[in-house]
Amino acid sequence: MSSRLPQEGSRINREKTVDFRFNGKNLKGFYGDTVASALLANNEMFVARSFKYHRPRGLFSAGEEEPNALMGIGEGPSFEPNIRATEVKLRQNMNVASQNHWPSLRFDFLSINNVFSRFFAAGFYYKTFMWPRAAWKYLFEPMIRRASGLGNAPSEYDEEYYEHIYHHTDVLIIGGGLAGITAAKALRDRGLSIMLCEKDCVIGGRYLEDSKIEERDRYKKFHEKSIGILKKSKDISVKLNTTVTGIFDHGFVLAYEENQHSNKASKKALWKIRAKTMILCTGAIERPIVFPDNDLPGIMLAASVRDYMQKYGVLLGDRLVLTTNNDYAYKTVIELKHRGIDIPVVLDARDSSDNPIIKEAEGLGIRILFGKCIGRVEGKRKASAIGICSVNGEGTIEELIPCNAIAVSGGWTPNVNLWSHCGGKLLWDGECGFYKPDPENTPTGREGETNMLALGACAGVFSNYDIQDHVPRKINQLASRLKIKSKRYIETNVFSKESEKKTKPVFALPHGASKDKQKRMYIDFQNDVKVSDLQLAVQEGFENVEHAKRYTTLGMATDQGKTSNINGIHVLSQSLGKPVDKIGHTTFRPPYKPIPLGLIAGQYAKKLFKPVRKTPIDKWNLLNNAIWEPVADWRRAYAYPKGNEGLEETLSREVLSVRKNVGLLDSSTLGKILVKGPDAGRFLDLIYTNMISTLKAGKCRYGLMCNEAGFVFDDGVVARLNDQSFLCHTTSGGADRVYAWLEEWLQTEWHHLKVFIVNLTEQYSQIAVAGPKSRELLQTFKSIDLSAEKLPFMNFIETNIDDIWVRIYRISFSGELSYELAVNSNQAEELWNKLNKVGKKYKLQPYGTEALHILRAEKGFIVVGDETDGTVTPHDLGMEWIVSKKKKDFIGKKAFSLPHLNSSIRKQLVGILTLDTNKVLPDGCHAVEDGKAIGHVTSTYFSPTLKRSIALGLIENGRSRKGSTLEFEISSKESIFAKIVDPNFYDPEGAKQDG
Amino acid sequence: MKRYSLSSIFTEAFRDNLGWEKAWTKRQPKKEYQIIIVGGGGHGLATAYYLAKNFNMTDIAVIEKGWIGGGNTGRNTTIIRSNYLQESSIGIYEKSRFLYETLSQDLNYNIMFSPRGVLMLCQTEHELRAMKRTSHANRINGVDTKMVAPEEVKEIVPIININGPRFPVLGALWQPRGGTARHDAVAWGYARKCSDFGIDIIEQCEVIGVKKKREKIVALETTKGNIKAKKVCFVAAGHSSVLADLAGFRLPIESVALQALVSEPIKPMIDCVVMANTVHGYLSQSDKGELVIGGGADGYNNYSQRGSFHHIEETVRALVETFPVISRLRQLRQWGGIVDMTGDRSPIISKTPVDGLYINCGWGTGGFKAIPGSGWATAEMIYNERPGKLASPFSIDRFSEGRLIDESAAAAVAH
Ligand SMILES: Cc1cc2nc3c(=O)[nH]c(=O)nc-3n(C[C@H](O)[C@H](O)[C@H](O)COP(=O)(O)OP(=O)(O)OC[C@H]3O[C@@H](n4cnc5c(N)ncnc54)[C@H](O)[C@@H]3O)c2cc1C
Repeated sequence: MSSRLPQEGSRINREKTVDFRFNGKNLKGFYGDTVASALLANNEMFVARSFKYHRPRGLFSAGEEEPNALMGIGEGPSFEPNIRATEVKLRQNMNVASQNHWPSLRFDFLSINNVFSRFFAAGFYYKTFMWPRAAWKYLFEPMIRRASGLGNAPSEYDEEYYEHIYHHTDVLIIGGGLAGITAAKALRDRGLSIMLCEKDCVIGGRYLEDSKIEERDRYKKFHEKSIGILKKSKDISVKLNTTVTGIFDHGFVLAYEENQHSNKASKKALWKIRAKTMILCTGAIERPIVFPDNDLPGIMLAASVRDYMQKYGVLLGDRLVLTTNNDYAYKTVIELKHRGIDIPVVLDARDSSDNPIIKEAEGLGIRILFGKCIGRVEGKRKASAIGICSVNGEGTIEELIPCNAIAVSGGWTPNVNLWSHCGGKLLWDGECGFYKPDPENTPTGREGETNMLALGACAGVFSNYDIQDHVPRKINQLASRLKIKSKRYIETNVFSKESEKKTKPVFALPHGASKDKQKRMYIDFQNDVKVSDLQLAVQEGFENVEHAKRYTTLGMATDQGKTSNINGIHVLSQSLGKPVDKIGHTTFRPPYKPIPLGLIAGQYAKKLFKPVRKTPIDKWNLLNNAIWEPVADWRRAYAYPKGNEGLEETLSREVLSVRKNVGLLDSSTLGKILVKGPDAGRFLDLIYTNMISTLKAGKCRYGLMCNEAGFVFDDGVVARLNDQSFLCHTTSGGADRVYAWLEEWLQTEWHHLKVFIVNLTEQYSQIAVAGPKSRELLQTFKSIDLSAEKLPFMNFIETNIDDIWVRIYRISFSGELSYELAVNSNQAEELWNKLNKVGKKYKLQPYGTEALHILRAEKGFIVVGDETDGTVTPHDLGMEWIVSKKKKDFIGKKAFSLPHLNSSIRKQLVGILTLDTNKVLPDGCHAVEDGKAIGHVTSTYFSPTLKRSIALGLIENGRSRKGSTLEFEISSKESIFAKIVDPNFYDPEGAKQDG
Repeated sequence: MKRYSLSSIFTEAFRDNLGWEKAWTKRQPKKEYQIIIVGGGGHGLATAYYLAKNFNMTDIAVIEKGWIGGGNTGRNTTIIRSNYLQESSIGIYEKSRFLYETLSQDLNYNIMFSPRGVLMLCQTEHELRAMKRTSHANRINGVDTKMVAPEEVKEIVPIININGPRFPVLGALWQPRGGTARHDAVAWGYARKCSDFGIDIIEQCEVIGVKKKREKIVALETTKGNIKAKKVCFVAAGHSSVLADLAGFRLPIESVALQALVSEPIKPMIDCVVMANTVHGYLSQSDKGELVIGGGADGYNNYSQRGSFHHIEETVRALVETFPVISRLRQLRQWGGIVDMTGDRSPIISKTPVDGLYINCGWGTGGFKAIPGSGWATAEMIYNERPGKLASPFSIDRFSEGRLIDESAAAAVAH
């Protein structure tokens, strides 16, 4: 059983106890504990169920590599599933629950999967569940889905505030172990900004815990001095609790800060860092040896056993066996032995070792067997004994040793994920059996220059002495490569040179394990991938490492194979009889540490999610009962119902007020793009289908834009402000798109043109005054003469209304006499109120976007996006008049000569009048002829003016069908019949708008 | 070929699975083939399969520069639907969806087609009108879809937030027999059947040159030597333009990175596919329990399969807004694929300027769903030496004729 030592524990404060609950049990831990250490201290060794077979699992590590101990933590809105117990600090009253079992951890129905595991070999589901066909959807899939997944999904909304923080730095040091600290010290005072990110809550990494007991005090002093230096150096900023989790192009780095000190849920931030140079000091992760029954609770990585003891004063067990292939792992048994723990045997897979650490262990009375490994583990839910066998051979048990803890070490794997996120290549080191960064093929920056350097254990340099030796050298080299003029950094090595610790690259033992044993040898704990699975994959031809990974799901669990990748590759290489470096490795992808989706969304969520754009009239609209319609990111008033009017009555009132008296529309959202410069006219001639350059100052022209394929893209009125400036109006939804479009053409194709473009959409607001009484209304402001002679249709003037500057366009989107008043946005509300006040006399009614749409549909004006859908040409719309024949070139011109754009079966814009005048055609319904669709309705309304239903539509060869009646299918059972007419239902001569 | 069945699993379980054969035989190229398919993704393999199945052609090689299914076929978010707007699109995508229904049985390989339903949300009036139009087009063309009201959306996907406030759900287009499938299995299942037909599947073999005689194809130069062929079809997705260049013609294609991501696995929380075009993101949950998330493509051309983070950010933000309860789940992995985008976002299945050389590409962000139908139509074209009814609208000359098949009105995201 696991237990707490009476003293010791560098991370815990024994004066402060912390209460928490695990699966409903009330337990106690200490301040500073992780959930994992607290569970162990409470003798909770069986804490999880595996993904596929629901096998009992215990803590396997003390860090981020933990594959087993995933917990659901918290309650209600702060509940989080799948949290590694090794990475969360214990908090008062924390609720911790194990997952992936039903009804309880101990008695889990789905552990039946384990009983039938022989049928569930890799890829079995590709071979079955096919009959009967419908059973997949209704039976098998739901069953599989329920059994898989890990934790429960949260069911409540998340109340946490997530933040993104932006940071630029010359150098980013990733990892604050000995290599990272030394690198920071070596880089200081060179005029560089240096940031060091450390995922742990303290810096130091492994080197203090890993040093010899008798030297530890000396190193502690050295460490404190180093910390002092970092603190004092103004050019170094240290971020603790911050895991660098993704490296992207151009030195863009994501780091995930998780601050667990508060008593509530942890505070999280996402750092977006731009680093010119990155120094990777991410250390190494211990990997296990794969042996039969290696997944039972009570088996743990050797260094983690030591971590729990040194940092938290927790013992995995008091009778511990070590199985290893290297010298490092002896530290664990030596430390344990010093505390009086029984070490019945150490099984070393090597033939021998001459490292003095072996003598030291032997001197403590530890029995060491070379050439041996574990052939079997006894115990159902917890290891209770091991069987010793030879590394060679099939694993016949020579001796059974009772024990309650097993430490395993297969050597150390450099932590190279970040190196390969952005193109760095890896080299196989056959001697040590791992991949390490290839210094010749590094990640590169914007100019293709090397922008990352790997130092310390992640580069395969393990001893403290060597690290302190090579880091300063490498940093000095870096400085001269970056042409930084500064003094060389020299540091006297405080570490004593140790004899080299060796690892024999063996991965799965015993070498000749029988089939039966291979089925109990786990490589990937979380996904239950065994040696037998990889062998089956190879047997079935899934030889490529990517195929094998996908077929067996090796390394695809939430730990992303941190403890399993290398072992898996090795088993693959053995099964294939190919050297490991010919096998390759799967690609490491961001994120290194999983990031909460809410954090990725950041602060621009909830209220700040695509903030609503509001016009200056918005407040008035709100107070006047507007119904809203989202248009791009704007909200616009759709209609202004009065009293208990129904929507139809409202729309009818608003439309008729424009037709009979005068209406007021907030059209501020209209896109307004200023195009300015000596070549502005030339530029716009290339953009619009019609001629713009000939427009006289003070005049307006309706313009149409097409894309290269000849399809309508946007439209609006262009006003020539003066010789060199044009103000181009776009659709409300299209403003940003058009602006980007103009910039793109200007920057990529016509960069020789002298033109500037500014998007002034929000600088000017616009108010439409439309209706037969609009002129009269505006003329009550004495200053202006709006007579037809002074301001004819498609002209504008600039003047003042009282003391408000306005530009008055005489344009019309309703077919009525109409003016649009552009005004500086800060005075828009004032002007709006003035107009309203004066308008009372003329029965002025404000109208919304829906009335606007009805008005324009009555008049047969198109709306880009309704009458057009990216496949419609000006000719289809009956607007050939707007396509210049004179211009040599403009966007879309070439396309107009393509055969299909001139074919006779194109859909053309027509008006549609239902035979039953009260029946309004549904949106988007199609006209059918001989069972085939021949076109569709693009806009459809009940016209208050005409007191009948009207519609516009695109119908194959529509213009030649005028007068004929077509069938519009509105459901599989019902059709509406309608007559095809001219798409202009109101005042076709245009006498009113021109008047 | 050993059949996969319950009884074979049972017998194998009792003899250590020793009897399972290679899913497909690893071959070295012969000197010559009737037909070579370049590209061992879903479309290439399906083309070879239907050539064998429908036309008894088996003197075929599929050559793949990497590993089978390692391109976009193994990188996509596996949405299968046929609720398209244009008739030609409906034709091929619905054929494809229909073939998916029985593909597991046809291939004797469980590709896990899961007709769990696809919901396309409408979050603006404009989108609502456009979807209504699509639903009418679907009905007339025999595709089973319908418009559903917001309350019904909530019933189908209880975790969705239909009330906004930013973009309330106004309705949705629901295709009950759309869904997902297991992408790797589609590639592997086709490869296995092809191999069984005697088609050679040759991996780690890259085409590096094209040999022509008087504008007729005669052979391919590959990293495994020259291989002669009477007919060749390029089915290389993002790298199609590279191959076309080797053959001496150009394609109207841009290659960009499209990204996707998955969350850590959790117990089932959503059992259909939801696509939200206004906010730009879509979501489903895999059988393993991971949320599978995708969004838009990067705005610049590139061949490196790394995308930019800001796209992921936008997509995730959109989905957290739509499904607030996913906020505390964590992103496990992200990746990208190089997608082949045509000007009208519709594919190309066509003859080429080189006699005997055919091409299938341009599936862009949405070709997984088309694999069976596209393979079917391409096989037909290669065998008959001219496109049939399904393929002919997608010929390459549509770009020079202006006969574009644009779906942009129907959906901003075409997955
Ligand atoms: C992130 C993402 C999400 C997607 N989501 C969906 C979705 O939800 N639904 C959907 O329907 N579609 C989706 N797609 C699109 C879909 O994945 C593709 O359209 C489809 O898989 C293309 O299949 P393919 O066989 O044409 O191409 P690929 O699978 O890419 O196969 C092409 C093959 O050609 C090989 N090749 C290239 N050059 C050569 C050469 N010179 N010699 C030999 N071999 C060569 C490549 O190695 C590759 O294996 C998505 C795509 C991505 C990237």
